Amino acid sequence: MKNISFLPYHEGSSFFDFLSERHPELKPGLHAITAHRMAPAVDLSQPGTIPVPHGTTVLALKYRDGAIIAGDRRATEGFQIADRRIEKVFRIDEYSAMAIAGAAGPCIEMAKLFQTELEHYEKLEGVQLSCEGKANKLGQMVKANLPMVFQGLVVMPLYVGYDVKRNEGRIFKYDITGGRYEESDHHSIGSGGKDARNTMREHYRSSLPEEDALRVGLLALYNAADEDVGTGGPDLVRGIYPTAKIVSGAGITDVPEDRVRALYETMIAERRRF
Amino acid sequence: MPLPYYVSPEQMMQDKAEYAKKGIAKGRSIIALEYVDGILLAADNPSSSLHKVSEVYDRIAFAGAGKYSEFEHLRKAGIRHADLTGYMYSREDVSARTLSNAYSQSLGTAFSTDVKPLEVEILVVQVGANGQANEIFRISFDGSIVDEKNLAVIGGRSESVQQYLREHATPQPPNLKDGLRRCLAALEQVASQKIPSENLEVAVLDRNRLGRKFRRLSSADISQLFA
Repeated sequence: MKNISFLPYHEGSSFFDFLSERHPELKPGLHAITAHRMAPAVDLSQPGTIPVPHGTTVLALKYRDGAIIAGDRRATEGFQIADRRIEKVFRIDEYSAMAIAGAAGPCIEMAKLFQTELEHYEKLEGVQLSCEGKANKLGQMVKANLPMVFQGLVVMPLYVGYDVKRNEGRIFKYDITGGRYEESDHHSIGSGGKDARNTMREHYRSSLPEEDALRVGLLALYNAADEDVGTGGPDLVRGIYPTAKIVSGAGITDVPEDRVRALYETMIAERRRF
Repeated sequence: MPLPYYVSPEQMMQDKAEYAKKGIAKGRSIIALEYVDGILLAADNPSSSLHKVSEVYDRIAFAGAGKYSEFEHLRKAGIRHADLTGYMYSREDVSARTLSNAYSQSLGTAFSTDVKPLEVEILVVQVGANGQANEIFRISFDGSIVDEKNLAVIGGRSESVQQYLREHATPQPPNLKDGLRRCLAALEQVASQKIPSENLEVAVLDRNRLGRKFRRLSSADISQLFA
């Protein structure tokens, strides 16, 4: 019994592979559309020619009981602001989340596909993938997006997961070829990533309690927004604040907006006194 | 080439149906019962890793009786169908009715065109949210589909189990503990032997859960309920 009529057939437990093979038109990217009008090839030997995300700051840092992931809310189109309240941090499953930098459309599509991928595997196999397995799968999806990178559509994820076997939060960063690198303490990507990394380097301590770690993360986003035009800071007038999620042994939780706002109000009040 | 001898369509279908029914009756029964928070699925299953009951989507679960390899194949195809629909459209557009129709068509086609019919009987159940009613669909080996109310039983001596449950039904849906006790009593009555709690496979679709409603009860959970 190979094929069941009226129901989709595929061998293997990967939804991503199933889409690639059976429904390539639903896969992220525009492979079929752009194949016959390729942009000029990028000369990778020249410095500065590898496309990189040019908006956004998203970051992740470990704390005592897990890891925190946070991101700003601004989307840009050239020198215009396209959206003030876009979400860049996504819940992926019970124990993991990812944040994205790059072209908004393909980024959101990849997050959605990755969510489906992990849930699909869990349902078919009856067990969740390991933390490492999830991170590797995301690397393969980034790699599959490489042709789109040469069209200028970069998707760059930052992934945090709680490893239930090791009982610790873990942070994974990627490069455009799908290379996967684990970070030991904290990392940030996007156009303001460097500024956020500088702040975290100064203020990060290992095994910080949740509240302190969250404050460091939000401060890093604040400083990145201060320096980088592509990153949005707290918008006090409209009441728009960066979003954050926490993964720990208890699962994933959203940091409520009230808590983020309270932390920023304290931070801003302190700065006024300088 | 020898001339194929003639078999009347009636005879052929009857033979196939008999063959499939025999295969399904050989196994043990699986019950789907509405309880106060949703739908309870209970199966007499000595294996703790080869499941008969499984999650399909947010509000939908699957149960299969008969030949393991065949209903496992159907289960996976159903999950693929649901995940594809949810990815293509939206999570709320995945429904038990659409999935049951696809199963019905598949089983019906296999029954009439394949030499060997599938020896399976399956349940597709969906817990209703926001005041909507629960849905229980029972699909047989020949693709016939029945929209069941309150409870459904597949596999083994399903009719005796169903009769027991109908006789002991209460006007209001039971709570989880009473519902599970009733399921166990029905299974034990028909098997005419005690079923230890580690041989029970139990899962619920609990409408009060956030997001995915499916939850498998561990044998510790079950012992705690019976304590």
